[in-house]
Amino acid sequence: MSDTPSSDTQTSIPVTVLTGYLGSGKTTLLNRILSEDHGKRYAVIVNEFGEIGIDNDLIVESDEEIYEMNNGCVCCTVRGDLVRVVEGLMRRPGRFDAIVVETTGLADPAPVAQTFFMDDDVRAKTRLDAVVALVDAKHVAMRLKDSREAEDQIAFADVILLNKTDLVSEEELHGLEHAIRTINPHARIHRTERAGIALPEILDRGAFDLQRALESDPHFLDHDDPDHVCGPECDHDHAHGHDHHHGDGDHHRHHDHGPGIHGTTIQSVSLRTGEVDPQKFMPWIQKITQLDGPNILRLKGIIAFPNEPQRYVVQGVHMIVEGDHERAWKDGEKRESRIVFIGRELDREKLERTFQACAV
Amino acid sequence: MPTVAPLDLDGYCLFASFIGEVPVYALADGTVHRLDHGHHAVEMHDGLTCAVRTLDGKALITGGEDGLVRALNAGGTAAEIGSVGRKWVSALAAGPQGAVGFSAGKNAHVRLNDGTVKDFAEERSIEGLAFAPKGLRLATARYNGGTLHWVTAAGQPIDLEWKGAHTAVMFSPDGKYVVTTMQENALHGWRLADMKHMRMSGYPAKVKSWSWSAKGKWLATSGAPAAIVWPFQGKDGPMGKAPLELGTRGDSLVSSVVCHPTEDIVAIGYADGMVLAVRFTDAKEILLRRGGKGPITSMTWDDKGYRIAFGSEAGDCGVIDIRG
Repeated sequence: MSDTPSSDTQTSIPVTVLTGYLGSGKTTLLNRILSEDHGKRYAVIVNEFGEIGIDNDLIVESDEEIYEMNNGCVCCTVRGDLVRVVEGLMRRPGRFDAIVVETTGLADPAPVAQTFFMDDDVRAKTRLDAVVALVDAKHVAMRLKDSREAEDQIAFADVILLNKTDLVSEEELHGLEHAIRTINPHARIHRTERAGIALPEILDRGAFDLQRALESDPHFLDHDDPDHVCGPECDHDHAHGHDHHHGDGDHHRHHDHGPGIHGTTIQSVSLRTGEVDPQKFMPWIQKITQLDGPNILRLKGIIAFPNEPQRYVVQGVHMIVEGDHERAWKDGEKRESRIVFIGRELDREKLERTFQACAV
Repeated sequence: MPTVAPLDLDGYCLFASFIGEVPVYALADGTVHRLDHGHHAVEMHDGLTCAVRTLDGKALITGGEDGLVRALNAGGTAAEIGSVGRKWVSALAAGPQGAVGFSAGKNAHVRLNDGTVKDFAEERSIEGLAFAPKGLRLATARYNGGTLHWVTAAGQPIDLEWKGAHTAVMFSPDGKYVVTTMQENALHGWRLADMKHMRMSGYPAKVKSWSWSAKGKWLATSGAPAAIVWPFQGKDGPMGKAPLELGTRGDSLVSSVVCHPTEDIVAIGYADGMVLAVRFTDAKEILLRRGGKGPITSMTWDDKGYRIAFGSEAGDCGVIDIRG
């Protein structure tokens, strides 16, 4: 595990990764990013110009090219074409403020994300800002049944746009939100029509920046409520009640097992304990990610070490784990260690037992 | 004492060289600057992705974000010689008999001297191109190896297989070896006579610059705090031999290397802008440039071996004259 902060966030260019199945609204959203008057300039890397009807020098067409790294780890993959294009873009940095990478409908988001951690040159000049997934409310239930990729995209996302909400009923939306929460309890979910979202909600989020992720979401990892869906008020404080938090859990769980959502294979495991011993925790997280890395899509955690004035935050993608000291623990703040794993075939009992064994 | 004639440009210099006797600097913004009785600039592309000099040294070939391949002659006249459509041109190579290779995505093209174009396709993206020194034979670098194609002669392509992503390719000057750089911090080589593999690894950073010494006896490379120089004079190439480490520094990585056209001397450019010349036989160093604003990206000797055109990421370029 590297203990170094990622590249200088002051000068590095933020990168937003846009995922979503064919027809989920990615092109609509891209067109909005490119045409709206938001005062920022974006370089956009797409697989095909397709229907982007906007003339912009900074739309780069690039063939998705997945490279497995020669380190014996099957999940250590990068997007080779991105290495080249990002390097090229960064030779003329004055032209744009941020980069958006659009992936194909069937793409696994992991290689895209890992490129920004595993390639030294790319990492030196850019930083992964957030993975945004567009989900088609009308068809997602069907997709989740037959496609591993659709599930991966939800599991991987920091921000999820549940799009085309005008095509389904309020009741269906609740069911979908619950299904999404079951796969990914900590992503922000926004309901949208025609990809209509205030762009600050998806761009420059700092979701992979350990400091900022926690600043913008002070109660990150706090609520394990599977029914939580973000509304505009969520930016202020997550601890407050949510108007859209309807009904009791059982009601929603009913939807969870409804015909549309059956058969999802991704789960999340949230663990919680008091202070942990760094001499035990570091080897533990290393070993877990080495052994179970292929099954772990994302992990995030806030860790309390004894006699350590600062919170330690970790995050990971498959076998890549990064940790850093964050802000100081506040007076009266409960010194608790929390970590969440999102993945497949996670051994909840083993994770729980071995994590608890790190406790002081 | 060597002298440095600086040329301060605004932007990332991708390629510094000579067309004939004229120093030229190709910038990422698409302009090429020429020092021909004064400073001249030519707009070649809106965004330049790669550049290479023709083997006769009389023209500069450039590829752009506009998907065009253009040629600039010694007089400063530019002409379009190829196009790949809407993609960026990703690799270029100059070959014998005036051939020019260029690629984008999974497709490579060779433009022959008479203007005809031959097309080649790979199953994976083409990252690098090179021509064999003799006979019109094109090598591609791609995921899991490379491929050798005959451009005009009949003959099956030959695949060079090695697991991993190969990002650039080069033939040895005698045509006996093909070497690639990799996404990992390593080189890989094939001896074509028997397809024996050569692994050259141990670099702390990616190898982005390489240069064969006179008569192909040594291969100098960047990617370490010293120029790593592999011996190729024996029949087994570098296999089982340790490389020379020249110009070792504790505080800066080598970012660019170029061997002298006739002597066993290498010019080494560093990430802090310093340039040294180092002799292979006794590792004796001569300081050519103290340092600058950015990493040295590209260097070329003139044909006589007196001057070096150099460029940097920050645009502080120039000409070093070792005669003083």
